[in-house]
Amino acid sequence: MLILNCPYCGVDADETELAPGGEAHIKRFGPGSSDDDFEEYLFMRENPKGVHFERWRHANGCGKWFHAARCTVTLEVFGTYPAQTFEPPAELSAAISAKRPGWTWRTFS
Amino acid sequence: MSKALRPSDGAVWTDGIAAVHQHVAHGMITVRADLNTAPIKAAITSATGVAIPAKLSIETGADAALCWMSPDELLVLCDADQAGAVTKQLQEALAQHHALVANMSDARVIFSVSGAQARDVVSKLVPVDLSPDTFKPGMLRRTRLAQVAAGLWMPDDDTICVLCFRSVSEYAHTILKQAAQAGSSVFRR
Repeated sequence: MLILNCPYCGVDADETELAPGGEAHIKRFGPGSSDDDFEEYLFMRENPKGVHFERWRHANGCGKWFHAARCTVTLEVFGTYPAQTFEPPAELSAAISAKRPGWTWRTFS
Repeated sequence: MSKALRPSDGAVWTDGIAAVHQHVAHGMITVRADLNTAPIKAAITSATGVAIPAKLSIETGADAALCWMSPDELLVLCDADQAGAVTKQLQEALAQHHALVANMSDARVIFSVSGAQARDVVSKLVPVDLSPDTFKPGMLRRTRLAQVAAGLWMPDDDTICVLCFRSVSEYAHTILKQAAQAGSSVFRR
């Protein structure tokens, strides 16, 4: 059972209280962008063995969207952070580096 | 307000290890606003007479109670016949702010589960630790009651109030009664 701490209400919510929102930090390119950009936005997803970033919604709680960093191999949760950001907070990246040296995910490392 | 249908019509069900009671109509008003802004907090408190609740808690006053629903949402509980007047007061108090006030009295229902085993009964249905050390009167938790969304709080040590949408009230009433059926104590008594 996955248990994530909601960064908005502080509750340790179990998976049944949450709704999954797929991969985090997906960028939609604006007017004038290329077909390749749109294809990337629509279809191209990471499928990592290890560190992964996801969106979750505290659907049966405060209703807010947030981001979570976890390991797809061990299901270890590295941390959660609010959705109003383009990248994980520095201290979370450092915490992941301490546990998984040399990790990379898209443009993050 | 149209005549509200209630599965038990206000009757208290007492055939099990805890009493299950669907409350007769409450006034319930949703307030959405930035709850970290001092003027907004003051406006809500002046209109309801109740202090703004801390995160994950319920604040009860003489005529109303404020439930913390999310960082930008409160639910005001009051008497059903006062709901219109309180909504108007809140709308006037928050007129100068970016806020929304809506009378949602018909949207939700409240059950109470009471008795010495009330915690055990509700624990069968929610993924929340309801032990006396972690869930105390004054706290409020929105969670999942079996398959539907619900809010929980305790008016006193032996009573748990369950807030859920009216559209699922018959389901909620049924599962609460099932969880409280006779002979279903969690611990040997």
